[in-house]
Parts: sequence; C-alpha cells; structure tokens
Amino acid sequence: MQKMTTNNQHIVIIGGGPAGLEAAACLGTSGYRVTVIEKEKQTGGKLQILNNLFPEFRNSDEVLNHLSNRLKTNPPKILTNSEVVSLIPENGRQLVNLSDGQAIKADSVLITAGFKLYNAEKKEEYGYQIYDNVITSFDLEKQFKGGNPVRTTMGLTPRRIAFIHCVGSRDKKSGNVYCSRTCCITGVKQAIEIKQRLPDAEIFNFYMDLRMFGQNFEELYIEAQQKWGVTFIRGRVSEIAEHLDNSLQIKAEDTLSGRPIRMSFDLIVLLAGMVPEPRTLEIGKSAGLAFTSGNFLAGMDSHMCQNETNTPGIFIAGTCREPLSVSETLTDARAATVKMISWLRENEAKSNN
Amino acid sequence: MGTEGKKRVWEDYLKEIADDHYFYVRSCIRQTFFPGSETTFLKILRDDLNKDVFEDARHTTCTGIGYHTDIVPLETTMTVIARHFALMTEAGYVNIIPSCVTSFGLYTEVLDTWKHFPEIEAKIREYLWKATKREFKIPENLVHTSDIIYKFRNRIKDLSKMSLVHKKTGLPLKVVEHIGCHYSKMFPQSGIGGAEFPAVLSGMIETWGGTVIDYPERRHCCGFGFRQYLVRANRGYSVSNSKKKFESMQPYQPDFIVANCPGCSMFLDRWQYTIAELEGITYDNKGTGIPVLTYEEMAGLVLGYSPWDLGLQMHQVSVEPLLDKLGIDYNKEEKYLGSNGQNIGEPQKPMFLIV
Repeated sequence: MQKMTTNNQHIVIIGGGPAGLEAAACLGTSGYRVTVIEKEKQTGGKLQILNNLFPEFRNSDEVLNHLSNRLKTNPPKILTNSEVVSLIPENGRQLVNLSDGQAIKADSVLITAGFKLYNAEKKEEYGYQIYDNVITSFDLEKQFKGGNPVRTTMGLTPRRIAFIHCVGSRDKKSGNVYCSRTCCITGVKQAIEIKQRLPDAEIFNFYMDLRMFGQNFEELYIEAQQKWGVTFIRGRVSEIAEHLDNSLQIKAEDTLSGRPIRMSFDLIVLLAGMVPEPRTLEIGKSAGLAFTSGNFLAGMDSHMCQNETNTPGIFIAGTCREPLSVSETLTDARAATVKMISWLRENEAKSNN
Repeated sequence: MGTEGKKRVWEDYLKEIADDHYFYVRSCIRQTFFPGSETTFLKILRDDLNKDVFEDARHTTCTGIGYHTDIVPLETTMTVIARHFALMTEAGYVNIIPSCVTSFGLYTEVLDTWKHFPEIEAKIREYLWKATKREFKIPENLVHTSDIIYKFRNRIKDLSKMSLVHKKTGLPLKVVEHIGCHYSKMFPQSGIGGAEFPAVLSGMIETWGGTVIDYPERRHCCGFGFRQYLVRANRGYSVSNSKKKFESMQPYQPDFIVANCPGCSMFLDRWQYTIAELEGITYDNKGTGIPVLTYEEMAGLVLGYSPWDLGLQMHQVSVEPLLDKLGIDYNKEEKYLGSNGQNIGEPQKPMFLIV
C-alpha cells in the first residue's frame, strides 16, 4: 500500500492573496503543514480592493468567503505583517528569511506574491496624481467597494467619463511590452457599472485593440455597446490636460476614422496594468530564480512546467508569474499544488531509498 | 491640481549644470528679434553672478533651421556642430551653452547619435579635419542657457529688486510658460522637469514670486514649427496653432507669457498682432494683447534692469501694461532712444492692436 502523505513536511507559501489561500486550502486538504506569509495586515490580497469581478459581476467577498471557508478544515499558520527578505535553497530544503529576523525552514516553497498596479504617474502625459479627476481602475474599484457614488473631486456627478486602456502595458516607452490581459475586460465591466449608477453619463473607452479572451468577455463587450451605449474609440490618448473648472481635455486619434480628437471629460479612468510586486524581484534573485522579460517569475517551461522553477522545491503561481484574472489565478494555484505534491512525494521517496 | 505629483515628476528630470566657465553659442534669430536678451544673459552672468563666459565670433549657425526644413543634410549639420565643439576645445572650455532651444536640441541629438553610433562620430571627425584641420573634444556639460538661469534662480532672487507680484493687489502675477518643443520633447531627460511638466521656466517664475498657469494647450507648439512658417503657403497653419494656444490660455487671464525658445518668443508675440489685425481680437481684456518676454528679459526685470536696455521696445505686444503691474518706473519717451540717445524710429501703429 502506498504511504499516505506525510504531515511532517512543511510548506511555506509566500503571499496570502487568492493564489496563496487557494493553494493553502489544497495543500492543507492533502495533509501538509502549511505556513502562509502575508506582508499586509490581513490576507486576501487584491480581492480586498476589487468590488465586483468580471464578467458576471460576482462580489469579490463571495470568493474571499469561499477561500476562508475552505481553510477552516485544515487551517494553515498565517503570519501577517511579515515580509520575506530572502529565500535561500539549502541542502534540498528552503530557508525563508523574514524582515523581523525570523528564519523558517520549508520542504517546499510556493511563491504567490501577486502583482502591483503599474504606477500610472510614470505616464506623465496623463497627469495621474497631478490632475484631480484622473484616477486608476483601482481607485474607481475602491469607490465602488466603499459604496460611494461616482463623483468628481469637486463632488459633482460626472457627465462624461473616459477609460484609457493599456496604461503601462504593451507600451515600450513605459518599459512594459507585455499585455496585462485583464484591463480590457475591466474597462468594459467598470463602464457598465458606471452606467448602472449614472444612466445619463456618456462613457468612452479609448483602446488599441480589445482582447476579450475569457469566457463571456466578448458577450459583455457587446452588451456594453448594445445595452449600455458605451462608446469604444480605437486610438491611444496622447495627452491629458486640465481645464480651469478641473474637467479634463484629451487628445487622441480615432484610428478607424483617421481623425484627431480633442474631447473634454469630467472624469478619466486609467486602466493601469499589472507589474510584479517589487519584493518578488528580490526574493526571486535570492533564490536564483529566472524572470520573464517583464520581471515576472519565470516557470521552467511555458507549456509543460509553468509552475515549476529552475530551483527544485520552489514553485510559483498566480500573478507573480504573469498577469492573470482571479479565476485563472485560482486555477493556477491549484495546478501548482499538484506539481508541488508530486515533487514532494518523489523527493521523499528518494530520501527514503 | 496636485503640485506634489509635479514635484515627483521633476525629481526624475534633474540634470547636472556646470557651475562656471561656459562657452557661449548664440542664436541666429534671437539677435535679430530680441537683441537685448543675449546681452542681458551675458550681463547677468558676468556682472551679477561673476561667472566666466567665453564666446568666439567665429561660431556660426548650428544649421538648425536648415536641418529642420530638410535643406541641410544631417552630416553637414553634424560637421558644423563639430566645428563649434572644436572652437570650444581650442578655447580651453568643456561646458557649452547654446542660447537657442533648437541648437540645444540639435546638439543633444548629435551627441546622442554619436553615443549610439561611434562610427558616425568618427566619420564627422574626418569630415571636420578635411574641411578645417580642426579637432574637438566632446563637451563635458551641455545645457541650454535657460538651465543656467534656472540653476542660479535663487541667487538672482537674492539680488532682485522686485518680485513677479502685482504692485497694487499684492497678488502673484499669472504667467504662461512655454519651453519650446526642441527643449525637451525630443530628449525629456535633457530638460529640467522633463517634457510633460517642465520646470525650467516655472522654477524661475515661482522662485521670483509669480504663479504658473497650467492651461489645456500648454504643451502645444507655439506655431513656428519651422515648415509651418518658413513655407509661406503654410503660414495660416502657423497662426492657427498660436491661436489655439491663446484661446486656451485666455480664460486664465495671464499677465504675461515667458518663452524659452527664440522662435516661440517671436511667434507668440508677433502672431498676436497678426490675429488682432485679421480677426479684430486680442486675448486680454484691454486690447493690448498679452506681453511676451524671454526668460532673460524676465530675469532682467527682476534684477531691476531698465526695460529699454533689455530691448523690450522690440516687442510687438506692448510691455507697458506689464511694467505698470510690476510698478516699474519707466520713461515712455525713452522707449525708442538708441544707446547713443538718438531716436531709432518708431514702428507703424497697428490698426487694431493697441500699443
């Protein structure tokens, strides 16, 4: 009879966002001892910021509750307000060093350090943090989450709102050539959510091309146009400037009609892309891991071993390895745990022989 | 509008500006349009700031106008600029300061090209040697002359006789600043504050007590655009660009415009006359237009120089309304007196623009 999974093996998960929590639940169910290290004061990651998830407008709390319920059976040890400063492979095991001086030994480590929103201030021509009514998709999501009505900084109801796609994504000038994947559908989702709150508002999406890759994404894009009257203009915005009354002027080119556009808006939402958490770079370097050209953690093989790294025993999942949606992140976390369990069993079998 | 955000942007665009010993290269068109500006720059640096500035009468055009109108080939431009570097090297200087934004942009472009393509630099060295038997060293520090004034803006404030403040109301004057496309739009890292929220002029304005107007068409071209003006058939296009800017800044009621670039100073000033005569409109509420200064003229006023020594009588839009706001004591009778005290002649009065 095959030996059951040993409970003595210890797994450290770096990052307590959706990927980390999903993986902790899977590994806990399989009988492993799991420690989740979270740098913030509580777990949940970006799910705590997001209000409703595309494409079905599911409230993110439902996913968070689902994850916390799954963790109840075999709860992991969770260290919050803890930052990993380095990850050192040592005699086939991993040494996880924390900023408070603590060193945790692990048989295997799963990095689920997540992403950070691209700092939209870097796209200086859009004036984020300079012009009062230029916000990011996360800022808008926080407004939704707080139950606040959509307002300009002057407290007025915006009549005309623009979404600008690909802010810090697919943009060599910004340093990020990759696509952040989820911004297109976020722009569609948030445009509808504003229309639901402000039916008289005019909403414009300025895009390069729309990548509606997920299930029901294309349907939502069509619904945004047909049911909600959201306008989509194919053209990148070259600059934003502020009027005397704090409204905003944009310049763009409608590349389908071949005409330059100058329009005014009350509120502009920048669909800022995903970048890896800065700490991921340091952790990855300390462990000798490989990176993608966008500085995400690289798997060993883009088809067959996305969750395994070039360092045995270290696995990666979620948006620390590439931009993913929430549902993809959860799937990726599950996939990583399967790979990790296989590796642990093989490793244990080797050491027993 | 968040000033903290702007400050964060500015921190990314700080550059080294040499402290002393400058090799000065003049602008072709400024000496004609605003001849007092360059004289004032030299006077401020030499007399007020005690700096060493050297210029060589043998230096020529950088070919910028010809280059940007596709008349002069790039190799010729590079060789001419290499000759300027040679004059600088021969004089024992390492810091070069062009007085023209287009020259500055072009020098920067040439140095950047040579950095990436050393074989082109080698070829240009060969051309220069064949043509003039000269050799040169790459400048250690290349900055625009406005960068120098920016660097010493606090020292100028210490020496100032007045602030950019309305004498009667005590309120800061509202100033439109225009850096000129070639200052930092091509190479944002070369301009103080970058290209989107440049700080070179706004830094001077704010240090000297004024406030900067950030209007929607702030980044737009002044209208010169080289081919837009130099090709006669395109001049309507040039005027329409300036008009767009004036219309955009008008609601903010600017007290004056300060420009970085010889062409911008010229067109923002002269096209106000043109638009006034064509359309019967000005962009102030008194029919006199919005005065346009160069940054040296602005610095000169702050330092208490006579407006007529600064050459402000050469402007199309009258500067007197601005001088009155600043509370400057000037004699209008002396406006058209030359340095020898003789009348240099007065320009014809426009039909519409009040002068």
